[in-house]
Amino acid sequence: MNIIVCLKQVPDTETQISIAADGKSISTDNIKWVMNPYDEYAVEEALQIREKFGGEVTIVGVGPKRVTESIRTALAMGADKGILVDDQAIVGNDSLGTARVLTAVIKDLDYDIILCGKQGVDDDYGIVGSMLAEFLDIPQISIAVKLDISEDGSKVTVNREVEGGTFVIEAPLPALVTAQKGLNEPRYASLPGIMKAKKKPLDVKAIADLGLDAGSVGEAGAKIEIKEITLPKPRQAGKIVEGETPQEKAANLAKFLHEEAKIL
Amino acid sequence: MDFSLSMEHDILRKSVRDFAEKEIKPVARELDDKEEFSYDTMKAMADLGLFGMFVSDKYGGQGMDYVSYIIATEEIARIDGSHAATVAAGNSLGIGPLYYYGNEDQKNKYLPKACRGESLWAFGLTEPNAGSDAGHSQTTAELIGDEWVINGSKIFITNASTDISEGIIALCKTGNRENGHPELTSIIVEKGTPGLETRVMHGKLMWRASNTSEIYFEDCRVPKENLLGPVGNGFHQMLATLDGGRLSIGAMGLGGAQGAYDLAIKYAKERTQFGKTISSFQVNAFKLADMATEIECARLILYKACWLRDNEKPFGKYAAMAKLYCSEVMGRCVDHAVQLHGGYGLMKEYDVERFYRDHKLLEIGEGTSEVQRIVISRLINAV
Repeated sequence: MNIIVCLKQVPDTETQISIAADGKSISTDNIKWVMNPYDEYAVEEALQIREKFGGEVTIVGVGPKRVTESIRTALAMGADKGILVDDQAIVGNDSLGTARVLTAVIKDLDYDIILCGKQGVDDDYGIVGSMLAEFLDIPQISIAVKLDISEDGSKVTVNREVEGGTFVIEAPLPALVTAQKGLNEPRYASLPGIMKAKKKPLDVKAIADLGLDAGSVGEAGAKIEIKEITLPKPRQAGKIVEGETPQEKAANLAKFLHEEAKIL
Repeated sequence: MDFSLSMEHDILRKSVRDFAEKEIKPVARELDDKEEFSYDTMKAMADLGLFGMFVSDKYGGQGMDYVSYIIATEEIARIDGSHAATVAAGNSLGIGPLYYYGNEDQKNKYLPKACRGESLWAFGLTEPNAGSDAGHSQTTAELIGDEWVINGSKIFITNASTDISEGIIALCKTGNRENGHPELTSIIVEKGTPGLETRVMHGKLMWRASNTSEIYFEDCRVPKENLLGPVGNGFHQMLATLDGGRLSIGAMGLGGAQGAYDLAIKYAKERTQFGKTISSFQVNAFKLADMATEIECARLILYKACWLRDNEKPFGKYAAMAKLYCSEVMGRCVDHAVQLHGGYGLMKEYDVERFYRDHKLLEIGEGTSEVQRIVISRLINAV
């Protein structure tokens, strides 16, 4: 069973984000980049599927050279090979541009299932997986917390949690599934794994190699434009509700919520 | 000049950091409190590949460079000193001598298991009456027939009496040299050999979740071929082993300093007094600035020492400097870190309290700070 995992590199969730001078992007000066956490679940699931069915796990990433480190991390976790699309033309990709690039890479590969994180934790659009499935014309099931492949490898069954219940969804393979937290517990890149990853193949491709028109991706091909990014307002200092007795405190709290906070 | 680490080093650091935060941090305080060596975290560390890091894959090691080993140890120490001690001693003092001085049979017999972390080896050097003066070990080994007969005792030996401890590399006096100095020889003593007894030491100030032992040899007989390297090579082996060991102690100082700093800056930015976070007071901000600066210097000297070793250049002076400096930097950092925590820093509920205690060993073990200054002063021809 050949498995493809799409991987995005995002700022470490502990990074303090600051907005760049243009007001439309974030400052990348002090950012530590990591594999998108939801993609870690996708990588882990891919490895577990391979352990059961055999085959190969291929990691596909789009972005600048630094993304190599996240692909190598996935290889260190146990994936077999990596492909990075690195091209000046993809700068400014929106989700559609990224999906087009991924489609161009994946359409010629031999695959049974494609796994993506349910969303990138940086811009949170959560649509690349869906677009990719559409372009490839294969079924897609998003936000999986459980994934099973039938013994004969013909179909995938996925649990998808919704408010107060669970959907159990089935689709024939090949299909695309996006991973939600809870799907599995991603393994660490072990030290022997890191050494082995050094020797695993990682192809770097340009837009021209994929037969893509540079005008269909990057800023030129984007359908949406970010106008502005703002940070949340800094949290105000808390207020302590005074009162001699619990009853008095509760009364003062109710008064505050009604008159000042205007919640009640 | 190039200060950048390789991509593999960065991946390694992130992986070991995540591991330490998720697998060790949640249990470190309780293990310290109970003075308990955890076989669960030991197995998890072994599965991650933290044993045999610098050993060739021919013997089941990871075949990594020394910088990698030091980064991994640093990241474990950033979370917990005891676990870092198990790793550092396991690699530098247990696996190291077997790998560097063992013959092919010994390496094939002991290393694969040790590199899988299924066994631990201990380095029996310090004695009740031979600490800094390690050259005057009183443990003796006499060749009688086809066997070495060992008598004496060792103390403060890491990893010697766990359930998976497989043996001890014991430094023994096997005679006298022509110049009157004792002739020292390393001998492999497998656990279970009659006449060998190991006793866990309790009541420690620090590294309470690591395993520390007293060892007694009473007419302990081992086969002649248990010699590690040639007769009389023990003193040289010990010095070389400690050179490498000092790098790992340096890593523990660096990682511990970083861990204390990380706890301190987080706390200082949350804690408010007089209506402001305490980190905004210059007196505290300067403490954090000093810590950050010293940690950076410590990292530079330690990585330089490792780089020298990886490039097969003389590194002994830098190893001693790094060990001395990193452990003293951690001393200053834990002091600031507890001070920034105020009264809470004195409570076991706060991890910084453990860092404060764990630090002290680093100025004593594998050559005290005073001994490091002797080593350095000799290497700079001051004396």
